Amino acid sequence: MLNTLNGRAILLSMVLLAISLGIWEALNQPPEASAAMSEFEMLMGGADQEARVPPPSQVLEHAWTELSNPFYDAGPNDKGIGIQLAYSIYRVLTGYFAAALVAIPLGFVIGMSPLMHKALTPFIQVLRPISPLAWMPLALFIIKDSEQSAIFVIFICSIWPMLINTAFGVANVRKDWIRVAQTHELGALKTAWKVILPAAAPTILTGMRISIGIAWLVIVAAEMLVGGTGIGYYVWNEWNNLDLNSVIFSILMIGIVGMLLDMALATVAKLVQYEE
Amino acid sequence: MNKHFVSVENLSKRFPTKSEDLVVFDEVNIGFDKGEFVCIIGHSGCGKSTILNVLAGLDTPSGGAVIMDGTEVSGPSLDRGVVFQNYSLLPWLTTLQNVSFGVQARWPKWDKKKVDEHSKHFLEMVGLSASLNKKPAQLSGGMRQRVSIARAFATSPKLLLLDEPFGALDALTRGVIQDELLKIWNATQQTVFMITHDVDEAILLADRILLMTNGPNARIAESVKVSIPRPRDRSDIIEHPAYYKIRNHLVNFLVKRSGEMSGAAAPTGNTLEVDPAEPDATAAATSVPIKKAAAYTA
Ligand SMILES: Nc1ncnc2c1ncn2[C@@H]1O[C@H](COP(=O)(O)OP(=O)(O)O)[C@@H](O)[C@H]1O
Ligand SMILES: [Mg+2]
Repeated sequence: MLNTLNGRAILLSMVLLAISLGIWEALNQPPEASAAMSEFEMLMGGADQEARVPPPSQVLEHAWTELSNPFYDAGPNDKGIGIQLAYSIYRVLTGYFAAALVAIPLGFVIGMSPLMHKALTPFIQVLRPISPLAWMPLALFIIKDSEQSAIFVIFICSIWPMLINTAFGVANVRKDWIRVAQTHELGALKTAWKVILPAAAPTILTGMRISIGIAWLVIVAAEMLVGGTGIGYYVWNEWNNLDLNSVIFSILMIGIVGMLLDMALATVAKLVQYEE
Repeated sequence: MNKHFVSVENLSKRFPTKSEDLVVFDEVNIGFDKGEFVCIIGHSGCGKSTILNVLAGLDTPSGGAVIMDGTEVSGPSLDRGVVFQNYSLLPWLTTLQNVSFGVQARWPKWDKKKVDEHSKHFLEMVGLSASLNKKPAQLSGGMRQRVSIARAFATSPKLLLLDEPFGALDALTRGVIQDELLKIWNATQQTVFMITHDVDEAILLADRILLMTNGPNARIAESVKVSIPRPRDRSDIIEHPAYYKIRNHLVNFLVKRSGEMSGAAAPTGNTLEVDPAEPDATAAATSVPIKKAAAYTA
């Protein structure tokens, strides 16, 4: 195992994990239940005066119970982690693909037409730096539906990296390849489909990968705002319940799902990658 | 006047600059007959690629026109196939797909089987039957250029344009592909216009070699006939009595006269027709280039 770079990397990761979990565990032991509880402590329900982050052993134990029944539904404020994540993923994917449907064709137009590029750049420059959450009040007012407003926020934050990368990829397709299309009398649509799209696909996919990452970052914040369902709401709700086990557990789940989304896009990117 | 299959008439190209226009070339007249193989030689920057791109319809001239088969060239067309120096294969397609890309564009009604068969036939002619499913990145420079040649010939263009197709290849590979080019040209009898830097390559391949003076204000000074019978073989051809006469003539032009005759020094836009194999022509053209040989008009 120590012979290969991968083997050594895995080993080192394990060691680092063990050390950090060990320190975390050691620093967060509950105090010795030596003295009897004071009257005040009894009033507080036996809680520590000094709030403690739960140690990893507790979090793992909690994770095990949650993950062994991820899809239970016991009313609005008590749903399994699987259901909450499913809500979030659904919103992210809906907003994300809607954004792709707009951003990629528009990116083609901007990339292929210098006129459109010049005309649309000021709009993009103003709209892009707006924090997606700043749209939320307006979205809620116009759409009047918190669920769809969250999807709209995902839409708006996913659009920019895809739009900009598509336009860049399309505008920078090698001139030789365009000439190949021209000398073979391909029309505009066929050129876009058979030459420009495959040529720009790796750049477009890079934009799509950045977008899905941002969308997943934003959904948590958006759901904290609109509430109801979703992993963002779940984290906030468990914080209100002071259930830090659940908070830490859901933070880990957010990371894992984000990683899986990125890996899925990376797989697609590999399919369209080409070597010059 | 216009009896040639392709005629380039009074072609010029200028680029506007602050003071006065930069004239790349002026009064370029060329006539191609059907089935002719014409090479053009000239120093870098004199405008050879520009002429070729105008012929292809990829570039527009500042003056003059290209007439092919009675109609003026106004844009790119499948009737004029182009092989670029940097191969310009589509890197996400395999060898076979790169060729069938062209074939499909040429004959949109053909089914996939027919397109593939036709493409494979041309890939076989350039010796690539074993690499049908490889991507360009997996091929050597020579193999890529073969794919590019197969793609161009497979669409049976009326005029084939090659821009320094072997410029980036090593001498051995170049020799092999030159032979393949001759073979495929013999089989198809296409009209070919090719830019090259290599004097020996031009003699091996061409019926006629055009010599271009240095730019700016470049022009086609001479049209040199290669009177060596075909089929030509690279090892036998050097034994032919005309070979060194032609070669010396070309080298002399490139080393000396291309510079001397360049720009304003050129008295007329006419191109001299030269056959160095004829006893007096060589001496005449090398010493007093302008006077003796008959003027060639398009
Ligand atoms: N956009 C341009 N502006 C000014 N000069 C140009 C431009 N494009 C090409 N040229 C000039 O045209 C000349 C001919 O170029 P080219 O046809 O590529 O030459 P060749 O193929 O013979 O080496 C070059 O000297 C180049 O400097
Ligand atoms: Mg050139």
